[in-house]
Amino acid sequence: MSELIAIAFTAFFIENVLLTQFLGICSFIGVGKKRSSSLGMGLAVVVVIILASILTWSIYNYVMLPLEIGYMRTIVFILVIAALVQIMEILIKRFSPALYKALGIYLPLITTNCAVLGVALINVNNGYNFPQMLVYSTFIPLGYLFVMYIFAIIREKIELAPVPKAFKGIPIAMIVAAILAILFSRFGGVI
Amino acid sequence: MTVKENFFKGFIKENPLFVTVLGTCPALAITTKFENSIGMGIAVFFVLVLSNLLVSLVTVNPKIRAMVMPVRIPVYIVLIATLVVIVEMVMEAFLQPLYVTLGVFIPLIVVNCIIFGRAEAYAGDHKPLESVVDGAGMALGYTLAIMIISFFRELLGSGTLTIWGDLQINLRGVFTFIGITPINMFVQPVGGFFVFGFIMAVIAAIENAKQNKKATEVNK
Repeated sequence: MSELIAIAFTAFFIENVLLTQFLGICSFIGVGKKRSSSLGMGLAVVVVIILASILTWSIYNYVMLPLEIGYMRTIVFILVIAALVQIMEILIKRFSPALYKALGIYLPLITTNCAVLGVALINVNNGYNFPQMLVYSTFIPLGYLFVMYIFAIIREKIELAPVPKAFKGIPIAMIVAAILAILFSRFGGVI
Repeated sequence: MTVKENFFKGFIKENPLFVTVLGTCPALAITTKFENSIGMGIAVFFVLVLSNLLVSLVTVNPKIRAMVMPVRIPVYIVLIATLVVIVEMVMEAFLQPLYVTLGVFIPLIVVNCIIFGRAEAYAGDHKPLESVVDGAGMALGYTLAIMIISFFRELLGSGTLTIWGDLQINLRGVFTFIGITPINMFVQPVGGFFVFGFIMAVIAAIENAKQNKKATEVNK
């Protein structure tokens, strides 16, 4: 149990997917401008990463390893993720138009979000068993959601601040991210 | 557009990293050493040139194009993923140390927006040869951009410049001579955001200065 807590803490703070592993930065810059959109994207990422990790982990361990085709993982994983996102989009559109309105526009972007494929690959590279995989791939996207939300709040305030002209837009966002990364790097000493 | 223009547009005018802000994840993650950015550049070059070539070959024939277009996204993904697996295997076999340092970012070239972006925006409706030139220019522009970032990060962070393997320029002596120590922060994740932000700001400042100059010329 303590090992699972350690994995959860590491995934959420120490190896935060955005600020120390640099996965999913594109969406971080693009979508993290507003609180509402960052929340929508974050929640969509949480759902997709958990489902995609369970699927890819199962396929890797129960299909690919017995067949000794582990080296095909990159191709298989990206196809599984693309198919999953597509199916999710169709299902959500069919059964919950309200949810589709909130998350729909972010779903197609998620296929090319490196965090999804990254977490799927890290799961099998680290040789996690099922509970470890589940904890890791739940807390990684939660960390993503957390940082993305904080970041969006700060950026909303910065919109109103007198930023030097050259720093407007992405440069100041990067400086903000750097300061957040300094904060998060301090968690490294906890475990 | 001439061949030369087509090739060089990826360097400055349409630089994939600094102008269109694509492929930021590896640009921030692996740029702790100069050598890493060269390795990443080679991998991206190979994948981007070949993926542009294959995509334009698939879409150049009108009959095949009509079949491929509705399902082009899965087709492109499979093409790109195949190329990336080739790169991954070759690197694991011949460049073991680099393969270990770049780690998960080699398979992640699959979801690097630059590759997909060029396939969708350029190679899909241009001739094979043009697409290859475009891919080569874009990949070199990207390599140049990550080389600039890693140059500052490694120099300021550890006081060295690792060109390739054992070939390393050690500037720690100069640092001690001036009386400063390398700032470790720059090789940590923080440095990536910092350096990237500052380079983007410098580029924006240059752009602003250019526009101001133009505006004053018009006023005259």
